[in-house]
Amino acid sequence: MKTVFGRDHSLSVAGFAGPALLLFATFIVLPLLLAVAATLTNHRLVSPEPTQYVGLDNYRRLLSLKFVTVEPVRDAANAVLRDEDGVRFPTWRQTRIARPELARYRPAWQFNAGARRVVLAATDPLFYRSLINTFLFALLVLPLQCGLALGLALLVNQPIAGRIFFRTVYFGPVVTSMVVASIVWSFLLNTDRGMVNELLRAVTGDASLGPDWLGETSHALPAIAIMSAWQGAGFQMLVFLAGLQSISSELYEAATLMGANAWQRFVHVTLPGLRNTIVFVMVSTMLMAFGLFTQVDVMTAGGPLDSTTTVVYHAVRSGFKQQDIGYGSTITLVFFGIVLLASALQRFLASKGAAK
Amino acid sequence: MNVSLRKAVSGAPLFVIMCLLGLVFAAPLLFMFASSFKHDDAIFSDLNSWGAYIPDAGWSLTNYAAIFERSNLPLFLFNSTLIALAVVVGGVLVNSMLAFSLSRMRWRGRSAVLSVVVAMMVVPFEVVAIPLLSLVARLPWPGIEQGALAWHIGWFNSLHVQIIPFLANAFCVFLFYQFFRDIPPELDEAAKMDGAGPWALFFRIILPNSRPVIATAAIVLFISAWNQYLWPIMVVQGEAARPVQPGIQQFFGRSNSWGQIMAYATVVTLPVLAVFLAFQRQFVASVAGAGIKG
Repeated sequence: MKTVFGRDHSLSVAGFAGPALLLFATFIVLPLLLAVAATLTNHRLVSPEPTQYVGLDNYRRLLSLKFVTVEPVRDAANAVLRDEDGVRFPTWRQTRIARPELARYRPAWQFNAGARRVVLAATDPLFYRSLINTFLFALLVLPLQCGLALGLALLVNQPIAGRIFFRTVYFGPVVTSMVVASIVWSFLLNTDRGMVNELLRAVTGDASLGPDWLGETSHALPAIAIMSAWQGAGFQMLVFLAGLQSISSELYEAATLMGANAWQRFVHVTLPGLRNTIVFVMVSTMLMAFGLFTQVDVMTAGGPLDSTTTVVYHAVRSGFKQQDIGYGSTITLVFFGIVLLASALQRFLASKGAAK
Repeated sequence: MNVSLRKAVSGAPLFVIMCLLGLVFAAPLLFMFASSFKHDDAIFSDLNSWGAYIPDAGWSLTNYAAIFERSNLPLFLFNSTLIALAVVVGGVLVNSMLAFSLSRMRWRGRSAVLSVVVAMMVVPFEVVAIPLLSLVARLPWPGIEQGALAWHIGWFNSLHVQIIPFLANAFCVFLFYQFFRDIPPELDEAAKMDGAGPWALFFRIILPNSRPVIATAAIVLFISAWNQYLWPIMVVQGEAARPVQPGIQQFFGRSNSWGQIMAYATVVTLPVLAVFLAFQRQFVASVAGAGIKG
């Protein structure tokens, strides 16, 4: 690359690069460094008490997990007591009082094995819950949104009348903010009168059909995933469209001459030609999925029963609503580590696929 | 059957699919727009028909009048406009200047800075939000008290707390960098022959030749500034500095008139739609470019 100005212009270099670099340093790099420091303290946003160094306490509080075996309740003759549900176990509160080392633990998950109960206890079960929810959301929205975007791009890439118009229509939701989209969809997802259930009933002919989308633990996260894919697919459609148009038409002609049908052309010409685009779209969709916050805050507030609480939602609740900056930063940093690992993994898998 | 007719017939199923998908994508927004002109009773009675997606005969602006009366919407619109414009103007300037120094000047650490900028593109704002919150709580801001300069600690409840952290944008720097790299150096040579320094070159030659990328950066910055939600709900408590997205969320929480909520949503969406439609061509072209090279 040819550069025009030599080293003697250090003052103008500072003038050009300085402002943006100063802003990056102050508002991205410095907060990340402060976050690392804050995780080792009990720093609060507003507090009369001075901030104290607490070592790795925040990480322990976030990550501690313990398998606990709970013995059933026995009577004086040492016989196992039973009630209508089967073997009777002490409540978690009773277990905790009997075993002081469990004082800060709460049950996250449990199962009964014969006359024993095994409890997986965590100091912050909600963190693990939110981690699972976040991954679940990413698993739902990634194929949905990327697949939809690719399908739309293939469609508007066809020489069909009105494709420019439809391209704009598919892009429309991207222009609406996530807050507005969430509010409109709260109406559409209404159990009795929402359009989604009306459509479901009309298509299946079953008038009794119609889940309470945002009110059932099993439906709320998928409903948010559908809404998010609707809102975001248009953007990635444009990215895929550009990828499609960069594939040489000679490749398609050669494939047709060799007798390839439409499906074979798609698998052997289109998909390999889109490799870089697919990696870009997957990584950017994953970053968005991991940042899930707005939809949850507007539509469900983390509920029902924490089934839509995500890592960012949990971090904001701890760091902002409870003003516990130290703990909120810990959640954020652990989460950032996971994000980096996941995007590195995706790139690695993609490059391995390319080498094949 | 002639060729063009055969083409038209084989394209028909695809056209039908395209229309159906178009309905899925447009319906929620049409519903929002149509309902904003209706009385609440009409919204519910139209639900099971196509009428839900088109304004009815008795359309009126009552909902719009009500939201401007019942809430501080004009103030929120003013705040969001000011924030978005400041982020666009300031952001285009600082990001293009950094990109210029990366693509046109030779200096120590340049390639390291470039890789840091690229790396920062994968840092989601959500990761920085909580620590940034505790940082802006401690930053000073100048003010005038009793005729003398006084430093006020903490940036909360202000417009600048919603502007300054969002000026530098790694994605925009990268967009500008790619674009400047492709501007032929012959253009620079001519300017240098005339004795132009880097500032003259940048403002007289490079920027005027960069309209498409300026448009793209402006749209990206405008949309993200206008749609800010997580940050303002954390740093703005009162109504004085509140922007539109927390504004509509609050209205949604306390209003029970869907017509008014949809009118509010429409007002909040229209400015972004206008900006997008005005710059659509440049935007489509460069979103595309970013994907392939990124």
